[in-house]
Amino acid sequence: MTNSSETGTPGLMAKAVREGIFAGVIAFGMFLLYVGIETYQNIDNRLVWRTRWGLLAIFVIVAAVARFLTVGFIKPHLDRRKLAKAKSGILEISEEKGFLRTHFLKIALIALLLYPPVSVMLFGPQGSLKYVDNFGIQILIYVMLAWGLNIVVGLAGLLDLGYVAFYAVGAYSYALLAQHLGLSFWLLLPLAGILAACWGVILGFPVLRLRGDYLAIVTLAFGEIIRLVLINWTDVTRGTFGISGIPKASVFGIWSFDVGSANYFPKAFGLATSSAWYKIFLFYVILALCLLTAYVTIRLRRMPIGRAWEALREDEIACRSLGINTVTTKLTAFAIGAMFGGFAGSFFATRQGFVSPESFVFLESAVILAIVVLGGMGSLTGIAIAAVLMVGGTELLREMEFLKLVFGPDFTPELYRMLLFGLAMIVVMLFKPRGFVGSREPTAFLKERKAVSGSFTKEGHG
Amino acid sequence: MAGETLLKVQGVETYYGNIRALAGVDVEVNKGEIVSLIGANGAGKSTLMMTICGSPQARNGQVVFDGEDITRLPTHLIARRRIAQSPEGRRIFPRMTVLENLQMGAGLDNLKHFKEDVEKIFALFPRLKERQSQRGGTLSGGEQQMLSIGRALMARPKLLLLDEPSLGLAPLIVKGIFEAIRKLNQEEGLTVFLVEQNAFAALKLSDRAYVMVNGKVTMSGSGRELLANPEVRAAYLEGGRH
Repeated sequence: MTNSSETGTPGLMAKAVREGIFAGVIAFGMFLLYVGIETYQNIDNRLVWRTRWGLLAIFVIVAAVARFLTVGFIKPHLDRRKLAKAKSGILEISEEKGFLRTHFLKIALIALLLYPPVSVMLFGPQGSLKYVDNFGIQILIYVMLAWGLNIVVGLAGLLDLGYVAFYAVGAYSYALLAQHLGLSFWLLLPLAGILAACWGVILGFPVLRLRGDYLAIVTLAFGEIIRLVLINWTDVTRGTFGISGIPKASVFGIWSFDVGSANYFPKAFGLATSSAWYKIFLFYVILALCLLTAYVTIRLRRMPIGRAWEALREDEIACRSLGINTVTTKLTAFAIGAMFGGFAGSFFATRQGFVSPESFVFLESAVILAIVVLGGMGSLTGIAIAAVLMVGGTELLREMEFLKLVFGPDFTPELYRMLLFGLAMIVVMLFKPRGFVGSREPTAFLKERKAVSGSFTKEGHG
Repeated sequence: MAGETLLKVQGVETYYGNIRALAGVDVEVNKGEIVSLIGANGAGKSTLMMTICGSPQARNGQVVFDGEDITRLPTHLIARRRIAQSPEGRRIFPRMTVLENLQMGAGLDNLKHFKEDVEKIFALFPRLKERQSQRGGTLSGGEQQMLSIGRALMARPKLLLLDEPSLGLAPLIVKGIFEAIRKLNQEEGLTVFLVEQNAFAALKLSDRAYVMVNGKVTMSGSGRELLANPEVRAAYLEGGRH
C-alpha cells in the first residue's frame, strides 16, 4: 500500500483543504448574484435590492465542506474498497445477494398493501389523507407514468419528450366522456387507454424515420400541440378554465363515493364520513394499475416484440437484416407506452375531479423522463425508487417547516424544488451514470439466470 | 459444384442521391458455392451487398433469389426469405448478452430450433460459449465477428452474406473465421457470398470470385484462376495491399 491511499496523510489533507477552499470560492462566485442579492418592491412600488449574506455563507460553507469531505474521506474510502474487492477477486456479478435484496420486491409489495390501513391507524382517517393522497397516490401516478414511458424510452430507445400529451389525452378523454355521456370510470379507463394508444400511433407514423435528437424535438412539439389544442379549443375543453366536477370513480358500480347517494361506501360499511376512504380506494386502484403496467412490461420483454424493442434500441439496421419489421415494432412501442399514459391520465382526472391544460406542461414530461433516466433505463425497480425519491422528496419539502427557523419566515422550501431536483440529477449521474439500477436482466438462458452488471459495459455505450 | 442458381443479380444500378454507386452489375451465386467479391475501397462492394438486402434498393436491374424477384421488397421481408447477413462493422447488439444476440437471430422460426442451433454455433466458435452471458459490447473484435456470423447462422439461412469479415482483425483470427466458413460450406452445404478486401484469403477460400472496379464487375473466374491472373496480382495481391 502506498502512502497516498491512507487517510490522514498530510498530502491528502492539504489537497482536501485546497480543493475545499477552491469549491467555496467557486460557490461564492456562482451564488453571489443569485443568492447573495435579492430584489423586492418597497412601499413606493419601486424595485430595490438587499443582501442575504447569511444565506450565501451557508451555500458557500456547504459547498466547501462537501468538497473537503469528498476529497479527504469519501473518495479514498471508496478507492480502498474497490481495491480490496479487486484483490479478493470478487466480481460484482458473483456477489451473493442478501435476504433483503432477494426478497425486495415482495417486501415492497406487502408494505404498499399495508400502507393505507397503517396510516389510518396511526393518524386517523382525516390525518391519513396527507400520507395516502399526497405521498402514496402522487408517487404511484409518477411510477406508472415513468413505467409507461420506460417502454418507449428505456426498452425501444425512442427518446420521447412529449409523453405528457398521452397523459393529457387520457385525462381529457375521461373528463369529457364522463361528463357528456355519463359513462363510468371502469368503462372509460380502458377507453381512455385505447384513445391514447391511437394518438401514440398517430405520433408514431410521422416520426418513424427519426431517431435521437430529431425524434426528441418532434415529440416535444407534439406535446405542445396537444396542450395548445386543449387551451384553444374552448368549445370542447373550456380552455384554461379546465373541466371541473369530473365524476368520482365507484367501487365497480356497487358502492359510490358521492356523499348523498344511497349506496355511499362509508355508510355501507359503518365508517365515519370522510374523503379519506375514497383516497384509500384510489390508492389501491393506482397500485393495481401500476402492477398491471409492471406485469405487462415484464411479460412483453420475454416475448418477441419486447426483444425486438430492445434490439431496435441497440441497432436498427441490424434489426431489419434479421427480419424484424421496424415499422410495426416502433408503432407498438409508441402505442403501448401511450396506453399506460392514458390510463394514468384518466386516473388523474378522477382523482383530481378537475383537469386543466396547466397540469400537462412540458415540465411534466421532463420530470417523467428524468425519473426514467435516474432510475436506470429499462429497470422497473430503479424507476420506482427514482419516483419515490423525486416525487416523494419534493412533497417532503412542503413538510419542512423547521427550515423556516433557519432561513427566516419567508423561506418556502417548495420553491427550491427544481434546484434540488437538478442537484440530485447531477449527483446521481456523477456517481451512477446508468441510474440507480444499471444492470439489466437478460432474457435468454441456457441453464441459470445471471444479471449482467453495468460495470461490464463501457460508460456511454448502453 | 455447379448447382442451380440461388442468387442472380442482373444489371443492377444503385444510386446514392444522384451519384451512381453501381453501374450495371451482374453476379450469380449457385447453391453450395462460396463466391467472393473483391475490389478496392469505394468500388461498390458493400453497396452491392446492401442492395441485395434492399437498403438502398436498386434503381434499375433485378435481384432474383431462389426464383423470386426480391428487388423491391423491404429489408425485413428479404431477411425472411432466409438471406442472412453479417453486415459491415458487425452490428451486434452491444448491451445484450451473447446468448440474447443469438436469440435475436433465431426470431424467424420463433426460437423453435434455438437450443439445438446454439449448440451448433458454440461448437463452431467455442469462444462464444465461454462468453455466452457477457454483453456483446464487451467482446473483442474477433469475438464480435464470430457473434455476428453466429447470429446470422441462427436464422438457418439459404444464403449467407458476409461483408468484410476480416476487417480490423489479426491474421490468426481471420484464418480461424475463414476456416469456420469453409467448414460450414463443406459440411452443411451453406451458400456464402463474401465481400472482402483481403483478396488473397478470399480468393483461396472461394469457388468463384468477381473483381469490382468503380461500380462494375471487370473480371470473374474461379478463385484459383484469379489468384494466378497477373492483373489481379498486380492490383490486389502484390506491391502492398490495395
